[in-house]
Amino acid sequence: MKLAETELDLQRAYEHRINVCCSSGCVHFGALKVLKAFEDAIKEFVVQKECKVARTGCVGTCSVGPAVVVEPGDYLYQSITPEKAREIVRDHVVLGLPLKNLLYSNEVFFKKQRRLVLRNSGKIDPLRIEDYIAKGGYSALVKCLTKMSPQEVIDEVSVSGLRGRGGAGFQTGQKWNFVARAHGSPKYIVANLDEGDPGVFANRILAEADPHAIIEGMLVAAYAIGADKGYIYIRAEYPLAVQTLKKALEQATSLNLVGQNILETTFKFDVELRLGAGAFVAGEETAILASIEGLRAMPRPRPPYPATSGLWRKPTLIQNVETLANIPLIVLNGGEWFSRIGSPKCTGTKCFSLTGEINNPGLIEVPMGITLREVVFEIGGGVRDNRAFKAVLVGGPSGGCLPETLLDLQIDYESLTRAGAIMGSGGIVVIDDKSCMVDTAKFFIDFCVEESCGKCSPCRAGLLKVKRIFEGIMRGEGRMEDLLILEKSGVYIREASLCGLGQTAPNPVLTTLRYFRDEYASHIVDKVCPAGKCFKNEKEASRT
Amino acid sequence: MLKDDKRLSMLEEFVKEHQYQKGALLEILHKAQELYGYFDKRLLTLISEHLNFPTSRVYGVASFYNFFKLKKPGEHVVTVCMGTACYVRGVEEIMSAIEREFNLERGESTADGKLSLFVTRCIGACAMAPNIVVDEEVIGKATKEAVLERIELLLGGAKAETS
Repeated sequence: MKLAETELDLQRAYEHRINVCCSSGCVHFGALKVLKAFEDAIKEFVVQKECKVARTGCVGTCSVGPAVVVEPGDYLYQSITPEKAREIVRDHVVLGLPLKNLLYSNEVFFKKQRRLVLRNSGKIDPLRIEDYIAKGGYSALVKCLTKMSPQEVIDEVSVSGLRGRGGAGFQTGQKWNFVARAHGSPKYIVANLDEGDPGVFANRILAEADPHAIIEGMLVAAYAIGADKGYIYIRAEYPLAVQTLKKALEQATSLNLVGQNILETTFKFDVELRLGAGAFVAGEETAILASIEGLRAMPRPRPPYPATSGLWRKPTLIQNVETLANIPLIVLNGGEWFSRIGSPKCTGTKCFSLTGEINNPGLIEVPMGITLREVVFEIGGGVRDNRAFKAVLVGGPSGGCLPETLLDLQIDYESLTRAGAIMGSGGIVVIDDKSCMVDTAKFFIDFCVEESCGKCSPCRAGLLKVKRIFEGIMRGEGRMEDLLILEKSGVYIREASLCGLGQTAPNPVLTTLRYFRDEYASHIVDKVCPAGKCFKNEKEASRT
Repeated sequence: MLKDDKRLSMLEEFVKEHQYQKGALLEILHKAQELYGYFDKRLLTLISEHLNFPTSRVYGVASFYNFFKLKKPGEHVVTVCMGTACYVRGVEEIMSAIEREFNLERGESTADGKLSLFVTRCIGACAMAPNIVVDEEVIGKATKEAVLERIELLLGGAKAETS
């Protein structure tokens, strides 16, 4: 594309490029002021012609924000303030002397990562479509429209082995085939960005850093399955991501990449944003449809599956945004190439929000098949303050708490499910010995009770029953029989619930019972919390 | 209050843009909250009349989603992030301290309407956990002392202004 060439020429004209991370993590801690300071500083030192300041998405090192990258050489500066910004321009840009004491010195954080989905994150200005195009953006769409038939696109995706990143891990190519062959028109695509898991922010960061990758993925999917309308369903609590996507859609429309007669072909596809409103269950694939239709986000029984009867009972492809962002790469490099990344059964990479009591929290992207130990102790740099590792929670509030003995587990859908956790939308929270596992499990049960939509009784009444038992244990009224009841109820809720929320909600309880049973026992028998977290209020109350 | 209000005509305009479609209910609720800040009975009734369905249904949808507020927020709003990372890093302790210190419960406002304490599920700044949002400002790696001091300053400042 011509635009890519002009933009590249424009970018080559600058000797330096300063990328300031302005995703919501860094913005909370003053990134916009830093951006302004850089802009002022290049004027002050009169280097506007040699140095470009760009507002970019997430670099990944969220714990040392605001983060700034100076190109060439990818010098990553940490915890930058407006004053330090001026110093960087003065010393690094003008004098050519990088400020060693401000550099992020942690090589390990990036060593085992592989950034495919986040390929442009932190490198391009998400508010400029030209930046994306200069990095080869939208060339996958061009390739599809000019050189590939829809079925060839689907076949390429099938060969890649890509599986849905929303959590369930369904084969993407197979899903596309279902929708392509389904009768009925129009067909719809829903991009799921309803990241309701507390403690998970990977999808949001993707939207803030590289919105066009999502849109291009949708366009390719639309071409492959013959859809003509798409919705991006995003949480209203993510204002920056919403604005970024809005702007991206405007730009794509003005360049005739979205709309009618795309790139002067007969292909047409419209995309609309739909705001969610803070319901965890709305991420479930049938609930998201209800929400887009303006109803309470309540799931409905399947079959019929959305592939044949989705939005307004028409065939609908629902795909997580991370899955979609992989698509342009697969089209450009081929399914073969993609299938060699990760582990054989589980190809590609996965983004995780790595948080909790860990030294290097942040947004990471790792090849599938990496072990939890590598993620926690190498990329994550181990447990904060040299405390003892207790558990790692994988998969959000309906994931599982895994103990140290399972750290050598490889990250893929099947291994995680076998261990009692789930891939979920990609949250890894490290828990140290300060936390009580009974209390942690109760925290998630409280969450799921609150978020249960109330449609089916196993989830609505069952989870409440579980919650009551926990409250009893924490008051010191627990009995050992309670543990058996918890286990039985957990299995019952898992097997009988209508949707994914209920089916996975017991996971934290079941895994803590499986791996940390002794903690439950000491709460019940000795009325003691090993972590010293529970029974505290009573103690305080009795003291006063 | 609703009749002679500029906001009302803006809302009506928005509903018209969406061609009075029932499917646009969520968008309309978002717009209404943006304009009015929260929903009271009159606002819900108004929306239901425009879209021609029972108020119960509008209330049903508005109350289903956490994002829609059905109570008037206080003058100052403290939002505590109860995401997993914040919880693991001890936000509960800060939360209870605020509740004790200012004599209000989560989800409620103080009797004088000066301060509201809300819970949010995640503001997405987990690497800086625990996070507390005081009015619009985020306090990252928050401690009990820092947060209490910040709120006291806010309330004290408000008091000074009114007196």
